[in-house]
Amino acid sequence: MTEPPLLSVRHLTTEFTLADGQVARALEDVSFDVLPGQTVGLVGESGCGKTTTLLSVMRLLPGNGRISGGSVLFKGTDLLTLSEREMRSHRWTDIAVVFQGAMNALNPVMKIADQIREAILLHDLMDRKAADRRVDDLLELVGIPRARRNQYPHQYSGGMRQRAMIAMALACSPDLLFADEPTTALDVMIQAQVFELFKRIQAEFGLAIVLVTHDLGVVAEMCDVVVVMYGGMVAEVGPADSVYNEPQHPYTQRLLAAFPDPSQSADLPEGGQDLATIPGTPPRLNALPPGCRFEPRCERRIDRCTEASPALVDVAVPGSGARHLAACHLLGEPEAGDA
Amino acid sequence: MGERRSRWSGALRGAGRAIRRNKLGLFGAVLVLTALVLGVCAPLLTAYAPTDIIRDADGHGLTFAPPWEHGPLGTDDAGRDVWTQLIYGARISLTVAALAGFIAISIGSLVGITAGYVGGRADAGLMRVTDVLLVIPDLPLMLVLIATLRQMDLRVSPLAVLIVVIGLLYWTSTARLIRSQVLTVKERQFVDRSRAIGAGRIHVVRRHILPQIMPLIVVNTVLVLSTAILVESGLAFLGLGDPTQPSWGTMLNFAFDRSAITNGAWWFYLPPGIAIVWVVLGFALLGNVLEERLNPRLTGHHLEGGKGMVAVPGRSEA
Repeated sequence: MTEPPLLSVRHLTTEFTLADGQVARALEDVSFDVLPGQTVGLVGESGCGKTTTLLSVMRLLPGNGRISGGSVLFKGTDLLTLSEREMRSHRWTDIAVVFQGAMNALNPVMKIADQIREAILLHDLMDRKAADRRVDDLLELVGIPRARRNQYPHQYSGGMRQRAMIAMALACSPDLLFADEPTTALDVMIQAQVFELFKRIQAEFGLAIVLVTHDLGVVAEMCDVVVVMYGGMVAEVGPADSVYNEPQHPYTQRLLAAFPDPSQSADLPEGGQDLATIPGTPPRLNALPPGCRFEPRCERRIDRCTEASPALVDVAVPGSGARHLAACHLLGEPEAGDA
Repeated sequence: MGERRSRWSGALRGAGRAIRRNKLGLFGAVLVLTALVLGVCAPLLTAYAPTDIIRDADGHGLTFAPPWEHGPLGTDDAGRDVWTQLIYGARISLTVAALAGFIAISIGSLVGITAGYVGGRADAGLMRVTDVLLVIPDLPLMLVLIATLRQMDLRVSPLAVLIVVIGLLYWTSTARLIRSQVLTVKERQFVDRSRAIGAGRIHVVRRHILPQIMPLIVVNTVLVLSTAILVESGLAFLGLGDPTQPSWGTMLNFAFDRSAITNGAWWFYLPPGIAIVWVVLGFALLGNVLEERLNPRLTGHHLEGGKGMVAVPGRSEA
């Protein structure tokens, strides 16, 4: 370890109590690190726990959700042990979120500028006048004309709303930005603009970004580290190029195979027409398979897969220095003391 | 700050637009306003006080004088001017209704917002209290409460007792309505977002929930006011008003007691009756129009669901 991580999620386990009293384990033993200034991609299918991870770290789970184990170290402080009041002072000043679907995340009856200013005033960072100036600077940064600062969300286009959300996320100069599928429902041109903006603010402010997405192309382009999640667990984690070029977990392999890459037609399945898919559906979180969670859909399953959940093992190329871990029985036994 | 003003007056401006666009609403507003103006300007519109006895040339009280013998509306059994009582009565009726309505709306909003936003045990507790109040028959409960309060010799006007009792009993429907609206608003994603920026409960309610339910509160206020007028009239008719400060209900009570009907003195009982209908109809029309325009349940945007609110196995969001 050269640099202490900014955010270190360790063995995070989150459960939801369903209406019928059953407990669904949405996250189990999730661990990953985010180094300062790094971009980490959190990828996986719908329901695999990407957003739950985000909400758990922010401690914003809905009422029926509960973090039942693990720790979330932010600059060495375990956020899970803080009181609600202490946690409130960390939100947005340390970790900010760009929500999925900016239209819903913006209050429809509040002016954009007021909403961006809200966080600054809430944390008493500066007086009203200074906050207004800061709002103007932020709007300029994300490319929203000053004339539109006092408009309402419905007067903005989708891309502008998302940029306003990003301005809002930057309002309190956080060290870490969670971007929860920030480009859903935006067209490709606007998506590219939004990611350009992310790159620019990252270069300018040196903040770390955790990008929650299921767009593997975006991850390949944006991220230093990829965390592949499946069924509430980390399936594979490692440097982006190494995960992309040498995926070790069968799920990651299938996932990458399902992603069409027009530049490499050899990757297309035989016949060249159908896209590769992973048969089956993700596991129900209240009826998880006893062994590996991917086992029911895995083509390479062996006997052990139905018996025990595999632990993460180091699969990095020896000597590369990077941490590349995957959780699959095919990859052998974990070494003692591995986290 | 301008932003503070716009937040609170937004609902009112919307209400104003709604009324002007709708003829029935305009009619309702006119009904309510005339009663209000008559009450406020009462001293300018009559030469007498409500308790003054009109006497003929011989000094005898002019009892049961029909309108063509005295003033616009004649006199009652004691020789008091009916028109004077009517416009002064507007003051009493409207004041009692306004204060009682204010109490009811305040309690109802507070209970509704607390139950809806805090949820859990607070919700269950508050809603059970509401249920209990809803199922107890209003009238007997009020009679018992008023009788008990008067026995306690609190040295307050009977009108104050009336205001408090009405205010304490008529907040239940408001509380339920507002609770259900808060439940839908609080599931919207911008409420999550405001919690994510580090807002506490009070901030979230003040800045994000209240502005969304303000229209509902405005509508409800108008409807509760019309109920309060009716209830006040009913109680005063039963003799629970203040005889020294007659409201419309008290006038009806006098007329009934002193056999105005058998005496054919319709000018004694018709005016207060019409006045009550006048104002209640006004509030009802106003309320309906406002509801049509402002009740967020009747517009579409509350249907936008927030994401990540319900954990559905196998379908829960990533």
